[in-house]
Amino acid sequence: MLELKNISKTFNKGTINAKLALDNLSLTLNDGDFVTVIGGNGAGKSTMLNAIAGVFFVDEGTIKADDVDLTNMPDYKRATMLGRVFQDPMKGTNPNMMIEENMALALRRGQRRGLKWGITKDEREMFYQALKGLNLGLEDRLTTKVGLLSGGQRQALTLLMATLKKPKVLLLDEHTAALDPKTAEKVLAMSDKVVSENNLTTMMVTHNMRDAIAHGNRLIMMDAGHIVVDISGDDKKKLTVPDLLDMFSKASGSTEANDAMLLSK
Amino acid sequence: MISLLNALPGAVSQGLIWGIMALGVYVTYRILDVADLTVDGSLATGGAVCVVMIRAGVNPYIAVLAATGVGAIAGLITAALHTKCGIPAILAGILTQLALYSVNLRIMGGKSNQPVSVDKYDLLVSQRYVRDLSFDNPVLLLLILLAILIGVIYWFFGTEKGCSMRATGANKDMARAQGINPDNDIILGLMISNALVALSGALVAQYQGAVDVNMGRGAIVIGLASVIIGEVVFKKIKHNFAGTLSFVVCGAIIYYIVIQITLQLGLNTNDLKLITAVIVALFLAVPYWKSKVFSHHKGVKNA
Repeated sequence: MLELKNISKTFNKGTINAKLALDNLSLTLNDGDFVTVIGGNGAGKSTMLNAIAGVFFVDEGTIKADDVDLTNMPDYKRATMLGRVFQDPMKGTNPNMMIEENMALALRRGQRRGLKWGITKDEREMFYQALKGLNLGLEDRLTTKVGLLSGGQRQALTLLMATLKKPKVLLLDEHTAALDPKTAEKVLAMSDKVVSENNLTTMMVTHNMRDAIAHGNRLIMMDAGHIVVDISGDDKKKLTVPDLLDMFSKASGSTEANDAMLLSK
Repeated sequence: MISLLNALPGAVSQGLIWGIMALGVYVTYRILDVADLTVDGSLATGGAVCVVMIRAGVNPYIAVLAATGVGAIAGLITAALHTKCGIPAILAGILTQLALYSVNLRIMGGKSNQPVSVDKYDLLVSQRYVRDLSFDNPVLLLLILLAILIGVIYWFFGTEKGCSMRATGANKDMARAQGINPDNDIILGLMISNALVALSGALVAQYQGAVDVNMGRGAIVIGLASVIIGEVVFKKIKHNFAGTLSFVVCGAIIYYIVIQITLQLGLNTNDLKLITAVIVALFLAVPYWKSKVFSHHKGVKNA
């Protein structure tokens, strides 16, 4: 379970560029929730994810995962509980290391890293099986440097690495936005599979309304650092894109953003 | 030509000694992606600690070990300035380097140089025996030492901690997302690097038969030169990480041979730093120029 309670964050506080990015936001994710997050540019979607991941500390409020208080925990400590996939495919993997070395790093998330050999034989076998599940042929390229992989392959690998060690919460930050439509679809399908197989509590930020509707069991819409819509269960299953647009203009009191959201599908 | 051959053993052994420093530079520059300028100070620190201890009657092996340890402390200080005080790595290194100048003078009892004669002390390496076919020849000991060092470095960067350090150097975002605190890796990396540099300094001082407070000036550039020469010259040879490390040492040897040749061509020793800077600039610039020309041609083809 993940609990955000009244969190606020202002960037560039005290300057003319001050921006209230998260405004007294509260949200509770139940175990196994797969939440899709949508909203216009600057609504605070990524900011919320980054607040959870600990990229910065929030000004006010608390963040808890399974009753562990994360609020003042540095990001690398929170990482033991969180799996993250970034928007930038280059960000989640180390290009200079082999596929298996990257995976071995991920497998040791939350463990003390000592002078034992960085990767064992059993692990290699495990990585082989895990990669086979991706159906990308990566299982035969365990010793390939990750820098040689395509963006989609790297993103798939990052996804696998984020879940090798089951996280309490999986954070997907527009993780398909930088991929071509076909690859994006593949990676999304993989995400669905990984989430359902491991019953992961997941948050997925997306710009694509159709994806937001098609995936997960709950949908939230953000605007100006708030959550303006929160739909789950049957209501979400019945959602359509026009419904969402309607909700958005009602909630934010403007119609301007619609075009932007549509265009960025 | 004869005189060049005559100078070769000296160039090789110098290259081997400075190769140890180059390994240290490799750890920071290539693995951690930090340009650590502490090196210019910690090299002389290693020499100073070693020579002062040997002159006080300490066993040379222990003196070298102590010098190595003090080098690690120098690295720790730079790392602390960088990670705990938020000072950019380059500036942190410059600060430590500057401070070490005074520290080195203190260690040497206020003198700017101190001799350590192979006649009086049982030194590990000395220039004097560089052409001897005996166990006193420094090349033998240096080769053994380098084999051990490369072995240990190779092993270390295969361990969990070493892998974490490589991740930190290549992609801090990824490292953090995998639960790694990059600061810890940077601290350890700078300590390892400067330990190697100080070890090199301790051997340089013995080899030359004296320590000089200025002996580290420009050391970082020699280190970078070795790393880059090693990479460029041996790029075509397929190799693993141990190979890369060996090539860095070879880079140092090539560097000293090139220096030897330029001296034979009649250039003054006073011009050495200038020559070094030019060599490094060239080795850094050529791959860049090549890549520009290459991408330009490719662009034309695609058009």
